[in-house]
Amino acid sequence: MSNVQDYPSRLSDPASRKMGTFAYLPQMSKDEIRKQVEWIVQNGWNPAIEHTEPAHATSNYWYMWKLPMFGETDVDAILSELESCHKANPDNHVRLLGYDNFTQSQGANMIVYRGTPV
Amino acid sequence: MNKHVTKTYNAGVKDYRSTYWEPEYSVRETDILACFKVIPQDGVPREEAAAAVAAESSTGTWTTVWTDLLTDLDRYKGRAYRIEDVPGHDDAFYAFVAYPMELFEEGSVVNVFTSIVGNVFGFKAVRSLRLEDVRFPIWFVTTCFGPPHGIHVERDKMDKYGRPLLGCTIKPKLGLSAKNYGRAVYEVLRGGLDFSKDDENVNSQPFMRWRDRFLFCQEAIDKAEAETGERKGHYMNVTAPTVEEMFQRAEFAKELGTPIVMSDYLTLGWAAHNSLSKWCRDNGLLLHVHRAMHAVLDRNPNHGINFRVLAKLLRLLGGDHLHSGTVVGKLEGDREATLGWIDLLRERHVKEDRDRGIFFDQDWGSMPGVFPVASGGIHVWHMPALVAIFGNDSVLQFGGGTLGHPWGNAAGAAANRVALEACVQARNEGREIEKEGKDILTKAANHSPELKVAMETWKEIKFEFDTVDKLDIQHR
Repeated sequence: MSNVQDYPSRLSDPASRKMGTFAYLPQMSKDEIRKQVEWIVQNGWNPAIEHTEPAHATSNYWYMWKLPMFGETDVDAILSELESCHKANPDNHVRLLGYDNFTQSQGANMIVYRGTPV
Repeated sequence: MNKHVTKTYNAGVKDYRSTYWEPEYSVRETDILACFKVIPQDGVPREEAAAAVAAESSTGTWTTVWTDLLTDLDRYKGRAYRIEDVPGHDDAFYAFVAYPMELFEEGSVVNVFTSIVGNVFGFKAVRSLRLEDVRFPIWFVTTCFGPPHGIHVERDKMDKYGRPLLGCTIKPKLGLSAKNYGRAVYEVLRGGLDFSKDDENVNSQPFMRWRDRFLFCQEAIDKAEAETGERKGHYMNVTAPTVEEMFQRAEFAKELGTPIVMSDYLTLGWAAHNSLSKWCRDNGLLLHVHRAMHAVLDRNPNHGINFRVLAKLLRLLGGDHLHSGTVVGKLEGDREATLGWIDLLRERHVKEDRDRGIFFDQDWGSMPGVFPVASGGIHVWHMPALVAIFGNDSVLQFGGGTLGHPWGNAAGAAANRVALEACVQARNEGREIEKEGKDILTKAANHSPELKVAMETWKEIKFEFDTVDKLDIQHR
């Protein structure tokens, strides 16, 4: 058994909360995040930013950061909005969505900044 | 104009083709169309065999009857309207049959198939018969019930976007106590899977009655959700010996607040399944659909019903998930055929595409799509190919590939989740994930000891890029 490793997930450990796609990968670098933003733009999805206090992360409705950026294709503009949202809400989780109006769903949804664990 | 006076009654046996073979017939938008692969008995001409199939699956019987003259057969009869060679098969041909809308009860998949795959499959004039495809006209589609929720509503309810969903069938499928079974469920869910699944033959046996199983599994779901912050489900199998029992189990699942139940649509029966699917929409539960018995119907290339027809009829009956094959590790030809029927499950409109075995355009109107489920014999090394083949709108299920991990279920689940997310990330970055699969997984394993061990436990898959699968070759 000595070479069997324990799976370190705990109710008592906020780091065990995962929250969606890419939550099982290490924090992406700036360059990697840029590539995911490019994927949203390439697909013609509408980028949108949401944030929440970590204690309320399981709610469907996080706070919208302004409005979805309809038709925005400038990757730098999207990245800079993400940063603005994070700076204004440094303790909150911040996620990036790609609204797909054809399916009326989201083509992408990923945490970009993790807030202060609770 | 009076066209009705010329018919007189002549008793006796007529050639089918004199009434049911109409090569000049131009197909109507309202017709239900069927393509059969026919191998006739020796000496039976193709036109006669095709006409016999049309007749026996619609209005015809073996001899003329006087009551034929009390109706307008032209309005009701099925017509064989085209015959084609089957590539790579000298004895078989494709017969195309058009059935007028008047033949069928609205919204009844049961009625349509009782007609078109009824007596005709035992008919002596044909040696074998396979229903390859059916075109359901939009009037029929709109009178059917369809998926209780559909792909995009499920994504919203489960809060999962931008990737395939992950599942796992709990093993051993028979013989665990309810509490031990719930343990296995808890471990895979906390490790990062979205769903776990009752095996199809787990119903309510003496070793684990359904009520106990549901209770323990729901506790597993609740704790895994609290622990991971993500929404989870276990496909609670409500397949039961009677419809009353089925609804009793479904009602209890609903009381527990569980998000999804499952059924086996072929063994349960289509009418019972359709009732369950309506119940699921009314009560807000997702419906996972297993396909036990399908290979009895769809495996023989010369006789039976192609799976693409079984997939289409499930979408009409209603289901949010349907098992649809894995492609990887299977025979040539499967890839294109599978791509064909997963399109038929998911898309709004599917064009005729013989390279994918699709014989007709199919318009689904506003009917929601069904998640195809890839399940059976797959593990982390298959992940790049699965993501490339199935895309986001799919459920990938790793049973042994999760539970067989040397460190247990949670580690196995985490390995699959890491592998999946690494493949999705790479795909989004524009990389060719099937070709670069090994590199992508190896890099991801650097930060995931669970994935690293999984990759050591199971063998690398060799991807073959040159194979061009053709269905007509598969039909040999």
